[in-house]
Amino acid sequence: MRDQRLWTWHIGAGAVILVLLGLHMTIMHLDAIVRVFSPQPGEPIAWANVVARGRSAFFLVTYVLLLGAALFHGFYGLRNILFELNPGTPAKKALNGFLLVAGVALFAVGTWAAWAGFTVARGA
Amino acid sequence: MAAAHTVSTDVVFRVRRFDPTTDAAPHWEDYRFAAPAGMTVLEGLRHVKEALSPTLAWRSSCRMGVCGSCGMFINGRPRLACNTQIAELGGALVTIAPLPNFNTIRDLVPDLAPMFEAHAAAKPHIIRDNAAEQREPTGEYWQSPRQLEEYLQFSYCIKCGCCMAACPTYATDPEYAGPMPLAQGHRYNADSRDGGFAERKASLAGERGPWRCHFAGECSRVCPKGVDPARAIQLMKRQLVFDYLRLWKQPCPAPLAKSPAGVERREGIPDAPARTI
Repeated sequence: MRDQRLWTWHIGAGAVILVLLGLHMTIMHLDAIVRVFSPQPGEPIAWANVVARGRSAFFLVTYVLLLGAALFHGFYGLRNILFELNPGTPAKKALNGFLLVAGVALFAVGTWAAWAGFTVARGA
Repeated sequence: MAAAHTVSTDVVFRVRRFDPTTDAAPHWEDYRFAAPAGMTVLEGLRHVKEALSPTLAWRSSCRMGVCGSCGMFINGRPRLACNTQIAELGGALVTIAPLPNFNTIRDLVPDLAPMFEAHAAAKPHIIRDNAAEQREPTGEYWQSPRQLEEYLQFSYCIKCGCCMAACPTYATDPEYAGPMPLAQGHRYNADSRDGGFAERKASLAGERGPWRCHFAGECSRVCPKGVDPARAIQLMKRQLVFDYLRLWKQPCPAPLAKSPAGVERREGIPDAPARTI
């Protein structure tokens, strides 16, 4: 059933966010303890470190996964909140369509940006 | 000892009255009387009806907390009137209104039909593929104490509607089935004698299902029988997720325990009376 499927994906996306966002927070804020992801001197957001991570296919994949999981989790949650306002069936269909299109579009833009960063870093 | 039983306290019952044949809208009426120690809210209502306002209407039956008829909104909380002592409310003013989240038929009588329709949609009965055995049982089903523990708590539900009155989602979402139907659906899904998970999924896993429960927990807080419907709903969500991921499969329903062959009834023990239905 559709709601059963969407809820399961919602939970799964939450678990993915827990892991990958945790990784992101570790990279950005625990660099004093864990330097492996910021091998160059300076802050994690220093250009040299950004390029060092940007060259890695691992980070390309993890950030695209995080983007997808966050978009699904967030948009499905937003859909639920809006549906609880009891809109009519046409409004529900319109909302479903809008969120699907917006989510796919944002995912496409984000993936393109990640790929662009990957290729630029590789060329640097 | 005798003096303690005769001590009375002046109380005011502020009751929400509404007669659709004469009233444009509900209104409050106060009834003042001396309530003896140990008087329940239900007994107080009976006193009001007998001595002060014969037209007051409510539902009650067993007066001992097992039938679920007398659910009311008492001092801001859904409770059973028969199970609520006036003294435990801690004040001289007792406000009594019909259960929220339901239309009112009259005075303290809510229209519980939507709740029972949702309950019926959850198929709250044992479902097995042997219809003949269900109609004419030939034996009992095997069930271990551990299997009984899986659903026993949820079987204590008396369908009083207090959980539905307390649920913030049911208050605003007409699609949501509510704590009682969902908890009772899970009660049968968790019963090892049942084989109806797939059949119940059609109504329980859809838009009316447990997905809109945000685990406020108010249903469990007000349940007079300790059913913990919030827990049942979360267990149902987990079961449905595992079902979708194919990590759980409905086990075979409990087998029939046939009577041992060649056993004769002891002398002096009468046969069971004939069936009347």
